[in-house]
Amino acid sequence: MIELRGITKAYADGGVPAVRTLDLTISDGEFLVLIGESGSGKTTTLNMINRLIEPTAGVIRVDSEDVLAIDPVNLRRRMGYVFQGAGLFPHLTVAENIAVTPRLLGWPREQIDARVDELLNLVRLDPAQYRRRLPRELSGGQQQRVALARALAAKPKIMLMDEPFGALDPLIRDDLAEDYRQIHNSLGLTTIFVTHDMTEAMLLGDRIAVMKDGALIQVGTPNELLTHPADDFVKALVDTPKKRTRRLAQVLAAAP
Amino acid sequence: MNSFGEAWGNLPDFLSWHVLLSVSALALGLLISLPLAIVAARSRWLRGAALGFASVIQTIPSLALLALFYPILLIISQFTQDAFGFGFRALGFLPALLALTLYSMLPVLRNTITALNGIEPSVKMAARGVGMTPRQSLFQVELPLAAPVIMAGIRTAAVWVIGTATLATPVGQTSLGNYIFTGLQTENWVFVLFGVVSAAGLAVVIDRLLALAEDGLALRSDTRIFAALTGLAVVIGVSLYPMFASAGGERTVTIGTKSFDEQYILGNVLADRLGAAGFATTRRDGLGSTVIFRALAANDLDVYVDYSGTIWTTEMHRSDAPGRAAVLTQIGDYMTKTYGVRLVGGLGFENAYAFAMRSDKARALHVNSLADLALYAPRLKIGGDFEIFSRPEWRAVVKAYGLKFAVQRQYQANLMYNALVAGDVDVISAFSSDGRIAQYGLKVLADPKGALPPYDAILLVSPNHANDSALLKALQPLIGAIRLETIQKANLMVDRPEDKQSPQQAARWLETEIAR
Repeated sequence: MIELRGITKAYADGGVPAVRTLDLTISDGEFLVLIGESGSGKTTTLNMINRLIEPTAGVIRVDSEDVLAIDPVNLRRRMGYVFQGAGLFPHLTVAENIAVTPRLLGWPREQIDARVDELLNLVRLDPAQYRRRLPRELSGGQQQRVALARALAAKPKIMLMDEPFGALDPLIRDDLAEDYRQIHNSLGLTTIFVTHDMTEAMLLGDRIAVMKDGALIQVGTPNELLTHPADDFVKALVDTPKKRTRRLAQVLAAAP
Repeated sequence: MNSFGEAWGNLPDFLSWHVLLSVSALALGLLISLPLAIVAARSRWLRGAALGFASVIQTIPSLALLALFYPILLIISQFTQDAFGFGFRALGFLPALLALTLYSMLPVLRNTITALNGIEPSVKMAARGVGMTPRQSLFQVELPLAAPVIMAGIRTAAVWVIGTATLATPVGQTSLGNYIFTGLQTENWVFVLFGVVSAAGLAVVIDRLLALAEDGLALRSDTRIFAALTGLAVVIGVSLYPMFASAGGERTVTIGTKSFDEQYILGNVLADRLGAAGFATTRRDGLGSTVIFRALAANDLDVYVDYSGTIWTTEMHRSDAPGRAAVLTQIGDYMTKTYGVRLVGGLGFENAYAFAMRSDKARALHVNSLADLALYAPRLKIGGDFEIFSRPEWRAVVKAYGLKFAVQRQYQANLMYNALVAGDVDVISAFSSDGRIAQYGLKVLADPKGALPPYDAILLVSPNHANDSALLKALQPLIGAIRLETIQKANLMVDRPEDKQSPQQAARWLETEIAR
């Protein structure tokens, strides 16, 4: 269980805080989507969970343990992290990229090798074919699959994902998102997933947390958001996929 | 062909020093620049300071930078001597090493900082995200990614250092520059060319090997990196081999020479004589006039030939002229008392500053002495070597005769004679033992007021060897053994444009003359 209590991120220049006294609880095995416009504070919130950004106030607990009291480096090795643009290490092969965190944790070599193959199979890349490739020899979708495998390498229970499929073609994007949702289920992961695309949020998320101007506006299942939007902003957000679905149905009905 | 053979014979010695100096300077430079660049890449303030400093160093002419380190080190050495009871050699390897180290810094600093700051933010973000510490991120991600660009900086630095190391010769460090400086001085173009080609060749070879390493880093090819490292090890090993092969044995005697032909010839004579007496010798050629005496007094050199008038005016600050014999006696006493340096004696000839004109010009103006010259000086041009106009003798002459010339020009000694013969200047500060005075039939102007002191060639020995009887015995036969006509002939052998001999050949001839 991940608990955020009164989390705030203010910057020294004294402007409006990026995140204001935010409370949020994510239960084990849950797929929570953080959604909002750019500048809403969703990425900042995500990055505070593995302390890539340090909160200025508040408490974060993972399984009742105070995250702010432990070494951030060890914390990050326990969580998977995927972000837009993959961020693969260009000088390392696919296998070496995936092996990074296990190697930092001092796993034995044979165990790492076996884990790399297991993960490549999991993200549906043939190990024999891709192990020795360099990132620049892969397509964008393949790079993002490797980034996903890298994040999963050290068997984290928690996955933090910051618009991981945002830069991909729609076809590849849906493919990957579906694959990931399956991995989430089969491995029993807890995932916090940042996006600005409500359709993606509704298709993937168990619950959706809507952020605006650094504050949490509403948290609920897709159904709850559709039926009981907290305000006009949430209503406008959920209307978009609704309208698109309706229009799509009309187009499909008109087809011969 | 003779010159080529001589040049080839010197190659093991010159090349090994050149490589040792360049490699040490580069290694020391990297040891400083790389950590500095890594820290500076994260601090705007330090970045500005480090790059600014390295750029300023780069704007100092390299020869001046090398030369500056000698007095600085001399002062530090004297301080450590006084404070802690030990000194170090301020001449030779150390000043050259430090200057070249500074010189190597800019390209490495600039490339490393640029490369580290140019790494994609997403990659650095990923390094943090996967749980790397800042140090792990630096060594496992940032430096490997920056390596090819850093390597390119190291290549630039290597080529600069190998090229600039030729300028170590005037601060008393043997290098491939010995060919160039000796060659320029004696107009031995085979030597100059040999020096240039060997230094450039070395630079090209090292650059290609480092380029291979750079490719290896960029392409992650271990084979290339291994080949490059092996190549570097072989080049450095082969170059340094003669140094280790000749190491050991008896203590070596260091012979110094100033930067003109007579000195090179006498340096060879000293080396031959000491070698015959069983001493191992090394040379520090082409040293500046005041540097050379300081070096001897500090035991950086063991023996060299100076001129009594030079010591008299610049060291003892005397302006009187009590006569050749009295000057020698007083210099001998002064040397022993002040520095512990031994004056072995005079070689038998004088190499005095002598103002000379073309005889046709002197005749036309009816000029026979410096006193006569004073009348015409405001309309005349004078040429001097690099030292004369800043020496006390010049001030004494100017004062005694009220000389003031229309134009004052400085020349490398050989070119000064050419300038006089060609009419570019009207008077030059010649040297009385120079064979070209007779060759060109120059008129040497008299010094009726005795403003110039005598300039007996004198043999000086360092404090360490002042009581070394074997050394003194080996040198004794040279005292009073060389007549003015003999040294003039020997000098002319090297200076004349046709049938030119090397200083070594002239030294051999001079030795047979001395033996007669």
